[in-house]
Amino acid sequence: MTASPPLISLQSVSRTYRTDGIAVAAVRNVSFDIEQGEIVAVMGPSGSGKSTLMNMIGLLDLPSEGAVYLEGANVADLSEDRRSSLRARSIGFVFQSYNLLARHDAIENVALPLVYCGIGRKERLARAERSLEAVGMLHRAHHFPRQLSGGEQQRVAIARALIASPLIVLADEPTGALDSRTGAEILALFAALNRTGQTIVMITHDPGIATQCNRTIRLHDGELVGDETQVQILPKRSAAS
Amino acid sequence: MTMLQGFQIALHALRLNPLRSFLTMLGIVIGVASIVTVFAIGSGAQLRLQEQIRSIGANVLMITPGAVYQGGVRLKDGSKLTMTESDVQAILEQIPEIQAAAGSIAGTAQVIHESKNWNTTINGTTTGHFMVRDWQLASGRYFSGAEEAAAGKVVILGSTVARELFAPGDDPIGAQIRIMKVPLEVVGVLDRKGPAQDDVAFVPLATAKLRFLGSASNINRDSVAYIIAKVAADGQMAGARSEIENLLRQRHRIPSGQEDDFKVQDPAAAMEAQQGAIRTVALLLVAIASVSLLVGGISIMNVMIVSVTERTREIGIRRALGGRMRDIRLQFLCEALVLCLLGGAIGVGGGVTLSMTVARMAGWITSIDGQAIGLSLVFSIATGLIFGFYPAHKASKLSPIEALKTE
Repeated sequence: MTASPPLISLQSVSRTYRTDGIAVAAVRNVSFDIEQGEIVAVMGPSGSGKSTLMNMIGLLDLPSEGAVYLEGANVADLSEDRRSSLRARSIGFVFQSYNLLARHDAIENVALPLVYCGIGRKERLARAERSLEAVGMLHRAHHFPRQLSGGEQQRVAIARALIASPLIVLADEPTGALDSRTGAEILALFAALNRTGQTIVMITHDPGIATQCNRTIRLHDGELVGDETQVQILPKRSAAS
Repeated sequence: MTMLQGFQIALHALRLNPLRSFLTMLGIVIGVASIVTVFAIGSGAQLRLQEQIRSIGANVLMITPGAVYQGGVRLKDGSKLTMTESDVQAILEQIPEIQAAAGSIAGTAQVIHESKNWNTTINGTTTGHFMVRDWQLASGRYFSGAEEAAAGKVVILGSTVARELFAPGDDPIGAQIRIMKVPLEVVGVLDRKGPAQDDVAFVPLATAKLRFLGSASNINRDSVAYIIAKVAADGQMAGARSEIENLLRQRHRIPSGQEDDFKVQDPAAAMEAQQGAIRTVALLLVAIASVSLLVGGISIMNVMIVSVTERTREIGIRRALGGRMRDIRLQFLCEALVLCLLGGAIGVGGGVTLSMTVARMAGWITSIDGQAIGLSLVFSIATGLIFGFYPAHKASKLSPIEALKTE
């Protein structure tokens, strides 16, 4: 094993919002690392700072104190433009409400991050097809979001998150809007992706989902209250390769 | 994101809402259409004047009869022909700046050739007339001295008359035509000079007096209706003009203090003044039309601001997926630009159609000017950039986290 830095490293991260002169600490002094190939559940009740934490890992927000490192680089040292480019290339977002562009069909939605990687239309569409195929949605390529079921929309969203081969997929309550059976299918999809080496961080408040991840980070009132590695349900991939 | 991708995204967004997009660009359409139309009508009017100035010929003075008193009663200008053929001779001989001069009388009559006939101006004059106006022959010859002296039965046709009386392949030279039952031989056909100028038939002055127009009560043997004279050089116009005035006052025995019975005019100068006036009016109209471009720009800004608010979530998604602030700005700026460019293009089409319709319906000459079209397109682009910038900037400044939270 080489001494390469962890994929994501949070060191004493705090995030304080100031609204109408009152400081609210959403995240307080949180530290942990995420290694390549992990599938991590971030759990906690609402208001516990899960989303704030995800925004910082996803380079949408910066900590008020402490530092977030992506592959050893402090993201606060990067320019806003550079962070945007990193979001396009290195981060794949999956949202609870899918967040597909309603006026674009599935394949265009999937190809969207590549627009910001400066990739030409022909290659964008070719890669979007492969990505859709990987989530079993190629037959719906030219359907618009409103013509798709919730589960199908979330699959398209996952295809979009995967298209630029990101370092990490960040999923914020990806099954929160789905019925349990469809939710299980989406989880199975994440598990399958993880088996191919994809690092995944998933926000959830469903303990059943957390048990399917190999590690659970628990937050309460913005503080880290638990970080446990579970009994291996999913076979862990070796970090080498 | 490249400019091209920006335009693709913009076109896609605008196609989704065609009615709104069209209404948004309507101000630009109307503004550009009015600018193009005003330019076309204005430059058409200028073209017509320029043609008239050209057709008169360069450095030409025109002498027409003025007011006449008869027993203390002042008669209408031109009611008496006060100029004579000997005045023409005197002007030619005594004023060195004058290169050529000719007197004319004119009337209208029916000209007939075989089965065709045409109503036109009959102008009785001398070959000097063509010299003054720099009017070349398309074929044939001018009048000979003998024909001018002896009232020869010859005619020189303007190109319009030649076209109306003769079939395309026919050579008019040598043909017989009739004017008021008098047979005349066509000896020449003139070059084109302009639609208003070419509808004329010239006969020798003596012929006109003797055979056609001499019966008119105000024409006596020696008189002419007007005189045209060519001055050698541009700078001599004013001098030649006052010399002619002095000479004619002397010859007409007008005591000092009394009004001239003739008027010396510089028609080209008068038309140039008119041309300046047209230019001023056209510029004024363009300025007014530009106000509608401004209003169009404001309406685009308004719609773009609404659109940014409506699409806050889309902006959040694009930012999360890697769109930089400048990509978002470019996207919305491209939308405003596409609206303006499309509006400008439709406006140019509308303006061209409108000025062609005006030309046909009102019979005005209009001239569609590439420069005016280019200028209005540049104006549309500028409008898009100016009024699209603020909404685009506003969109780019949105926080992606906040934007993703909006419904």
